[in-house]
Amino acid sequence: MSQAMISFDRVSKRFSGTTDAAVENLSLDIERGETVVLVGPSGCGKTTTMKMINRLIEPSDGRIMVDGTDVLEQDPVRLRRGIGYVIQSIGLMPHRTVAENIATVPKLIGWDESKIKSRIHALVEVFELDANMLSRYPGELSGGQRQRVGVARALAADPPVMLMDEPFGAVDPIVRERLQDQFRDIQKRLRKTIVFVTHDIDEAIKMADRIVILNKGAVIEQYDSPAEILRNPASDFVSRFVGAERGLKRLALVKVSDIDVEDGPVVRMSDSRETALQVMEDCATPWATVVDADGRLHGWIDAAMLSGASNVGSVAARKFSAYVTAESSLRNALDSIVTSRTQVAVVADENDHYRGILSLERISKEIIS
Amino acid sequence: MGELLAKEREEIFVKFLEHMNLTAIAIGIGLLIAFPLAVYAYRHKRFYGPLTGVSGLLYTIPSLALFAFLTPYTGLTMVTAEIGLVSYTLLILIRNIVSGLDGVPEDARESALGMGLSPRQLLWQVELPLALPVIFAGIRLATVTVIGLVTVTSLITYGGLGAFILEGIQKLDTSLSILGGVLSLVLAVLVDAAFRRAERIATPWAQSHGVSGMT
Repeated sequence: MSQAMISFDRVSKRFSGTTDAAVENLSLDIERGETVVLVGPSGCGKTTTMKMINRLIEPSDGRIMVDGTDVLEQDPVRLRRGIGYVIQSIGLMPHRTVAENIATVPKLIGWDESKIKSRIHALVEVFELDANMLSRYPGELSGGQRQRVGVARALAADPPVMLMDEPFGAVDPIVRERLQDQFRDIQKRLRKTIVFVTHDIDEAIKMADRIVILNKGAVIEQYDSPAEILRNPASDFVSRFVGAERGLKRLALVKVSDIDVEDGPVVRMSDSRETALQVMEDCATPWATVVDADGRLHGWIDAAMLSGASNVGSVAARKFSAYVTAESSLRNALDSIVTSRTQVAVVADENDHYRGILSLERISKEIIS
Repeated sequence: MGELLAKEREEIFVKFLEHMNLTAIAIGIGLLIAFPLAVYAYRHKRFYGPLTGVSGLLYTIPSLALFAFLTPYTGLTMVTAEIGLVSYTLLILIRNIVSGLDGVPEDARESALGMGLSPRQLLWQVELPLALPVIFAGIRLATVTVIGLVTVTSLITYGGLGAFILEGIQKLDTSLSILGGVLSLVLAVLVDAAFRRAERIATPWAQSHGVSGMT
């Protein structure tokens, strides 16, 4: 059995001068290479839980293991150098340049100059930073740039574990979404073990392999994959916290390739008018998708457009305003359905080859199941 | 006045150097005392009240009274002069060092700790550099204050440019007193400007977005 990367064993934290424990008897295993998002209302103990991992907060009781070693048996300074750390306000050092900021931990652990330099340049590539930015001070960067530098800095010494406390909280929603997408792509390659704290359930659903929903005292209400939490909330607390549009949120997690598409009415440009009308009749639709000889999407026609034409190719087919690919989410597909005249989403692969259609019925079956 | 300047040229030079020397020693010793006390008070907040209380008391003692009180013990010596001068620097220096450290952004401190800086590295690599503009302002203020006060030490045979002032009073020669006063003022203005420049060079990161110090 593989050992969890981070494990909490009956951990409690009571701050002096308070009656209720911030964290009460928490046991939790976080698997290697997973992004686990701690989410819950403010004051639920999620940040306290995270900060006990690198001992910025010391537990009152219980044991926390990181990679098989009890954190309390390690020198906190050395422990922290092996764990990436990003906070909401980022906390770049204003008196150090971007390059110096990124180099902080590598310098602390004694990397030589050339190794640090090449590492910085690798990170610049990964995070799509502007190399000219390296010699600037944090005060000269935009919020989004600072955020990316903060995450790059946390990754600088390539730690196996990252702690992220609302790392994308301080930027506007559009930038936040871009940063989330970028980081998710990076994490797909790096497979770090990440503990991510947020109060935003949508961010949790987007970023997490697994979500821990915490109630007051860091009591675990549910620990599951995002899809499972949306499909099967374990308690009233969870369903209230997950909130409205649970079905839509679930659709965002399912890809078109995860479900079977329907064949749908499809005709070739070389097909005769009679054949095309027959296809429409068989499928009980007043329209059909037109593909070329290679099976690529060409457009769509309806029965009226065919009147007087000898074959499909002689009719100027209408273009699809939108279609979806196997990588699209069902939420995209749904959007395509409700905005298209044909009331279905056409599915094509990345080379525009026709794959089939998705109907409203097919998608709602997915929500109900 | 021009005539006076020419006549006393050599004497002015000597006194000018003496004035700077007395000031530099006072600020140097003041920093050596204030720095560890301020860092301690920053970390142990309980200590800050009593510390500023005592240094505030020293600050309020009239300088003349202090010299009168010290002379029986330490004589008409440089030690007497410096004890007086140093005691006036402490309040300003301690207050600015502590408030400079207090002003370090909490997020910079937290992320530095979270990345694994030791408490000592945190102090020297993050907290002090970020407190530098406010500390600089304190040193500048203390220096200008001491330059003014050095003239008083002429009463115990030191005093730099203050010697001209005292001599002017004794000989009822106003122009001599004015010479001493103006030269002391010029020195203060020059030193102030030099410090501002040094501060700008030492904290390039603070220039583009206006980190203001306590002056």
